Amino acid sequence: MGHGGLVMSFREPHELHTRRKGRNIGVGLTLAVFIFIVFGLTVVKVTRGDFEPPRGTQTEGS
Amino acid sequence: MSDATLNTREATPEAGFGDYVALLKPRVMSLVVFTALVGLLAAPGYVHPFIAFCAILFIAVGAGASGALNMWWDADIDKLMRRTAKRPVPAGKVMADEALAIGLTLSAMSVVFLWLATNWLAAALLAFTIFFYAVIYTMWLKRWTPQNIVIGGAAGAFPPMIGWAAVTGDVTLESALMFALIFMWTPPHFWALALFINSDYENASVPMLTVTHGKRVTRRHILAYTLLLAPLAVGTAFTAIGGWIYLTVAVVLNAAFLWGAVRIWLRDEATAEADNYKTEKQVFKLSLLYLFAHFGAILAEAALAPWGMGGW
Repeated sequence: MGHGGLVMSFREPHELHTRRKGRNIGVGLTLAVFIFIVFGLTVVKVTRGDFEPPRGTQTEGS
Repeated sequence: MSDATLNTREATPEAGFGDYVALLKPRVMSLVVFTALVGLLAAPGYVHPFIAFCAILFIAVGAGASGALNMWWDADIDKLMRRTAKRPVPAGKVMADEALAIGLTLSAMSVVFLWLATNWLAAALLAFTIFFYAVIYTMWLKRWTPQNIVIGGAAGAFPPMIGWAAVTGDVTLESALMFALIFMWTPPHFWALALFINSDYENASVPMLTVTHGKRVTRRHILAYTLLLAPLAVGTAFTAIGGWIYLTVAVVLNAAFLWGAVRIWLRDEATAEADNYKTEKQVFKLSLLYLFAHFGAILAEAALAPWGMGGW
């Protein structure tokens, strides 16, 4: 990136970013909630043993 | 995208995050959340609180998704009715294609995640509910028959059955009765509303019973459905989800609802217009309390059961 690129990166935020700030924050929070839910579901399912293999299927070495 | 294209957006209202939330019909969603929660809590068996929270969330998202699909399809008629003209799509804030994309994406996600969180039956019921509301009701029945409300009401009746299935993995008499309660309640509830906002449906050429058969017939139908609803609602008291609290609520509210339906039936148009549909508006408000109280009573029975107070 040349000299022009550096100048571009320090420019004031485009009006579009200001205008869509609320929407972007909303989408960001929604994604954060989604990640929390997937993580939480995984933790609950793993800790209560949903993903444990059925008894009797373990190999001799284990 | 050039500055020129960005600036042209200034001329049309741009969607904020709230407009996308409005696409999911949050008011309808609140009823779905409440009835699904009651179904889930009244069901016999244990469910982890986080799984329960997720199940209710996915049911709500599925309901919201079907709302978005409804707004995508109905944008043309929503524009013509005062009640719906400000919705994001007819108001020009959200493009119809966006509503379709959001509706389809959230439908798929809610069903898959409900399946992963609970079981296939609950997910299948949710998928069927979305299909029923978006395709059977919105695309087919709504513009075709004055019985649209009667059959379409099934879509709103499924949430407690889904909540119940999320815990038990089963459909039983109790969950079917909760379904039937909402299913039979929907026609008198909506027709009472249609009596005093008739002109809106006429403008949009939606074949609401008041438009196709007139208000006299609609008044008779309200009474007929309320007469069928009452024994069903009271009879539910004598099943596993009922008890003294539910029975008391059901007897009092069904008597009041029946009396309201009789009053609506006895009135003619001249009397109703003279007092600005006072009775019809009262019965509509009562119908909201009716459903809330019945499901509240089922919830109370379930909540008190561990202390030996709920149920029979």
